[in-house]
Amino acid sequence: MKLQLIALLPLAGFLVNGLVGRRLGRAFVSLVGCGLPILSFALAVASFRELSAGGAPLVEIAYTWAAFGGQPFEIAFQFDRLSAVMTLIVTGIGSLIHVYSTGYMKDDPGYARYFAYLNLFLFFMLLLVLGKSLLVLFTGWEGVGLASYLLIGFWFEDADKARAGKKAFITNRVGDAGFLLGMFLLYEAVGTLDMQAINAAFASASPPAVSASLVGLLLFIGACGKSAQIPLHVWLPDAMAGPTPVSALIHAATMVTAGVYMTARLSPIYMLAPEASQAIAAVGAATAFFAATIAIAQTDIKKVLAYSTISQLGFMFVAIGVGAYGVAIFHLYTHAFFKACLFLGAGSVIHAMSGEQDVRKMGGLARRIPVTFATFAIATAAIAGIPPLAGFFSKDEILWFALSSAHGGSAVLFAVASLTALLTAFYMFRLLWLTFFGAPRMSKETAHHVHESPASMTGVLVLLAVGSAVGGFVSIPHYLEPMFALPPVKEGLDSLEKPVVYLSVAIALIGLAGAWHVFGDLRRAESMRTRFAAIYSVLAAKYYVDELYDTLLARPLTWISKHVFLDFGDRALLDGTLDGMARLARRTAGVLARVQTGQLQLYLLLALAGIVGALWWMSHV
Amino acid sequence: MDKTHLLVLVGGLLFSIGLAGVVVRRNALVMLMCMELMLNGVNLTLVSFAQRTGTTEGAVLVFLVFVVAGAEIAIAIPILLLLARARKTLDVQAYAELKG
Repeated sequence: MKLQLIALLPLAGFLVNGLVGRRLGRAFVSLVGCGLPILSFALAVASFRELSAGGAPLVEIAYTWAAFGGQPFEIAFQFDRLSAVMTLIVTGIGSLIHVYSTGYMKDDPGYARYFAYLNLFLFFMLLLVLGKSLLVLFTGWEGVGLASYLLIGFWFEDADKARAGKKAFITNRVGDAGFLLGMFLLYEAVGTLDMQAINAAFASASPPAVSASLVGLLLFIGACGKSAQIPLHVWLPDAMAGPTPVSALIHAATMVTAGVYMTARLSPIYMLAPEASQAIAAVGAATAFFAATIAIAQTDIKKVLAYSTISQLGFMFVAIGVGAYGVAIFHLYTHAFFKACLFLGAGSVIHAMSGEQDVRKMGGLARRIPVTFATFAIATAAIAGIPPLAGFFSKDEILWFALSSAHGGSAVLFAVASLTALLTAFYMFRLLWLTFFGAPRMSKETAHHVHESPASMTGVLVLLAVGSAVGGFVSIPHYLEPMFALPPVKEGLDSLEKPVVYLSVAIALIGLAGAWHVFGDLRRAESMRTRFAAIYSVLAAKYYVDELYDTLLARPLTWISKHVFLDFGDRALLDGTLDGMARLARRTAGVLARVQTGQLQLYLLLALAGIVGALWWMSHV
Repeated sequence: MDKTHLLVLVGGLLFSIGLAGVVVRRNALVMLMCMELMLNGVNLTLVSFAQRTGTTEGAVLVFLVFVVAGAEIAIAIPILLLLARARKTLDVQAYAELKG
């Protein structure tokens, strides 16, 4: 009952707020909208204690949906160590973001609708992480997509924002197609969608007769869509159109981690598929690197954070690719803290700046909004990997396994990951500098209005900053070791573990110093930009990926839709047939209509002829 | 030739005269009278056969026809009156524009 309640409480919140929230006032909406997720969190903690006491995963079968071929399709929930970590992140950070939203969305006319969507989102995410079978997971997977569409396009009066929501939805659909195909293959090969059974089948001595690489790659396409990996990363930066707490919820703590969670959950498949694992590591590394380079040239505070999210997700997939699943979840966990803190901090900055998001028009905010600054700085240091903050531990482990894992670690992977870590430190401190230091560059009026956010917002920021600072001391890989054994280290590399740690600290500090050097004096930044103008314009345009997709996919599709389906299919074929039939009827009727002259005698004559004809016909046939 | 045969023949004759009148004549009033003639031709046939077979259905049906004919005339005459007042003629050709 407990597990079901964890998922169902937010659903209840969605129903209450969605149906009657508008009439019941803001205090009530806030109470329901925040109270139920917090209750969910409490239940998750209780379940976690139960799990720790008993050791065996908790399983609840809520409902048998269908049964055929001797195989029941159940709506069942499972709470093992991995689900526990995910559920605690989702409900914990999710609740904090709900509380923050009460301050951030205070004056929005869609207050009740907003909280309804937020709760719906949480419900689907919990379905995703608690589901025992792929069926439940997929329901949550799709539902999260729907909820993100609703939230990204929350201010749908603005056509651009509605379009961003659509883009997220459609891009995710592409990934979902791959995910579905992978599920079909799995069902055909294993005969069940229960993830325990699938994992057991692949881990057994005689694995199912299906190419694990093919299944793995298909599922990874789905993960690419949700977790914004190349080539399906394009939706995430645009998804910043939603309210900022939504960005924090969707793009830091929950939705984008779904792909990482799913691949980790089905790790036995990837253990058997070195090719798929290599592909994942390569895609992850490439995504991490390219997103990091783009982030350097962005000027919108939320866009920088969006690309850093993509980049960090790339790191997680590198860890997945080299078989260090526990480490990927570890980074997911630390990332949830500092990225939520960064996004919410950015929200607080935007709040203070009267809606301005361009870092070129900020500067010198450190003294004006000290709490936001302090928390933002801690989170920045955490994501950059400065010890002893949370990001340092998880990123260091990823770097180490990228080099040393016997499951596909290599020097190239390590080099790319290290370079990306350097870029991460650089662009994050650049953001910090441009926003909080230097001379104020905003207009007088905006400067006059700068103010610290209310306690509901800063309190959450402080909590998240504390999490970003000390979260790294909870060793998630160790906690998850009963499920995911860490990959063995390659021969002869053991001695390198310490140097890698030093290197990763050095990288973070070099990034910090570099950003300080360049952006401490904006004239220097300007001269660098002019010197590398060509590269800068490519980066600022995000490698023209959107334009490429537009030319290669969107325009041909629009052309085919217009000329083949609309002009030929719809207009010529369908409309033509119907119009032709109508015209035929009208023409033949036109001939007969001439009889209608108004001459009574003619009518009678014709009636008489008709009767005579009918009588003649009856007597002769 | 027995009596029934004769009566049926007369009925048929009345019907035919009425029909011919309706088709040929243009005077609306005459056309109405001819229609009555047709109805009476049918009535005559009905009662003749009713007599012959000794059943009552035919005779009952005649009353029905009377009622319908009365109702018809009750409506037709006022319509005709209005038409005649508007057109100052009883020629049905003049009403052709009523075809709609």
